Amino acid sequence: MTPAVQLTSAGVRLGGQPVLSNVTLSVGRGEFVAVLGPNGAGKSTLMRAILGLVPLAGGSASVLGSDPVRARPRIGYLPQRHGFDRETRIRGVDLVRLGLDGARWGVPLPFRRAARERQTTERAKIATTIELVGASAYKSRSIGELSGGEQQRLLIAQALVRDPELLILDEPLDSLDIPNQIAVAALLKRISAARGVAVMLVAHDVNPLLGYLDRVAYLAGGRALAGTVDEVITAPKLSELYGAPIEVLRASDGRLVVVGQPEAPHHHGHRHE
Amino acid sequence: MNASLSFNPVTDFNQVVTYPFMVHALEAGTIVAVLCGVAGWYMVLRRQSFAGHTLSVMAFPGATGAALVGLPISLGYYIAAGVAALAIGRGRARSYATETASVGTVQTVGLAAGFLFLELNRNVLGGPETLLFGTFLGVSQGQVVGLLAVALIALALVAVIGRPLLFASVDPDVARARGVPVRALEITFLAILGLAVAATSQITGVLLIFALLVAPAAAAQRLSMRPGIGLALSIVFALVIAWLGLGVAYFSIYPVGFWMTTFGFGLYVLVRIVRARVRP
Repeated sequence: MTPAVQLTSAGVRLGGQPVLSNVTLSVGRGEFVAVLGPNGAGKSTLMRAILGLVPLAGGSASVLGSDPVRARPRIGYLPQRHGFDRETRIRGVDLVRLGLDGARWGVPLPFRRAARERQTTERAKIATTIELVGASAYKSRSIGELSGGEQQRLLIAQALVRDPELLILDEPLDSLDIPNQIAVAALLKRISAARGVAVMLVAHDVNPLLGYLDRVAYLAGGRALAGTVDEVITAPKLSELYGAPIEVLRASDGRLVVVGQPEAPHHHGHRHE
Repeated sequence: MNASLSFNPVTDFNQVVTYPFMVHALEAGTIVAVLCGVAGWYMVLRRQSFAGHTLSVMAFPGATGAALVGLPISLGYYIAAGVAALAIGRGRARSYATETASVGTVQTVGLAAGFLFLELNRNVLGGPETLLFGTFLGVSQGQVVGLLAVALIALALVAVIGRPLLFASVDPDVARARGVPVRALEITFLAILGLAVAATSQITGVLLIFALLVAPAAAAQRLSMRPGIGLALSIVFALVIAWLGLGVAYFSIYPVGFWMTTFGFGLYVLVRIVRARVRP
């Protein structure tokens, strides 16, 4: 089977400036991969290139065996975001349903038999997916009243409900506390293993993900380094990637601290990466 | 009109519908109530009440301007609301941060222009009260047909874009990533809102349109989070407000806009009180 994502010497330019160059990266089916790196390293841009939302300036990209734009319907994507406003009055289950029918035009006609049958299947599908992410207890509550972790689970369910073969999540752990970050990491590991879904997760910090990841891709200075955590997050490898001396410290509980990373150049000015 | 209330609903109803002007008013009220129930529900969900208010205020210079240059007044409503909807849509595209400021500025200029047009043409239009606060006298058969056509167009549009619009309203970032044309939906919705506002302000006046546009939708969203039920409740509330307002205004010396607004406000307060008590 073709890998979920295969980038070969891929480069991306934004506004004429090179953001990524010579990125080679492979993500297998059912693999759970974290995309790490400092602010402005091009993590979100890499994800958008895989989704075909920004064109490649060089190299090639194959996603789910075809070109990125054609593969997009088979990708579940959770963009970088802020939480829902408290006053957003929609139930969690309706939010998940939007993942299934939110892009569909027209109104369903419930008196047609085919439509009724589809409705039943879809309802079951939504219930199973919510069950899978462990959000059944609060699926009927208003999304705005839920905690960040609960909202994140429902958003993951929304991205999963169409059975994507690749799930791309841009900093989903950002607004969560540490126990919730670990719980979501465990959930994603479980999903990737149980459903054979390749998961790519953009993160600032690798520590909540340790023990769940299959591999990491580390981005710095527009270049990428991929491999297991132990292969990539080492002083020699990161020093070479950054082109500056880097130290990697391992705490007694296994947590990693990367010391000495220089400030990343700001490729796109005010835009928060 | 020497209307007197018999307190027998059947007699009173028969009395009201004896007069063609009341029948037309009820027909028009019913049409705009359904339209406002739907458009208002999305407007409240999208937090565009201020934009909606501006669209309705723009109907004032639209109507007075049309009268000044000799166009049909109802055409003036639609042109003004359409232009304002496009302007707001463009402003929103540039920056959400400055939206309220620019919308507010447009609104004030619109009011001032309307006042000027009115002064230039006072002998034709009379005072501003009718345009601002509405009347149900003199809704013609032709106007009812026009309203029905506008409402059908707007509701058909909502039926087509309903779900993607819901997606784009709740979560524009994710919707955009899924390929939903968020920008185009935004403009389309403002156009629909403009149609609803232009139609409704012919009945309730430009300032009291919120009785039908905001109050029913806000009350419905308090009561139900489900899109289908919320929309249905919003329509029912708008119908109740329109019918009660027209019916009571018939027997009262106070204008219909006042009654509709009073019932709309009363309903909203009632729903909030009930919600606060029911919720633990």
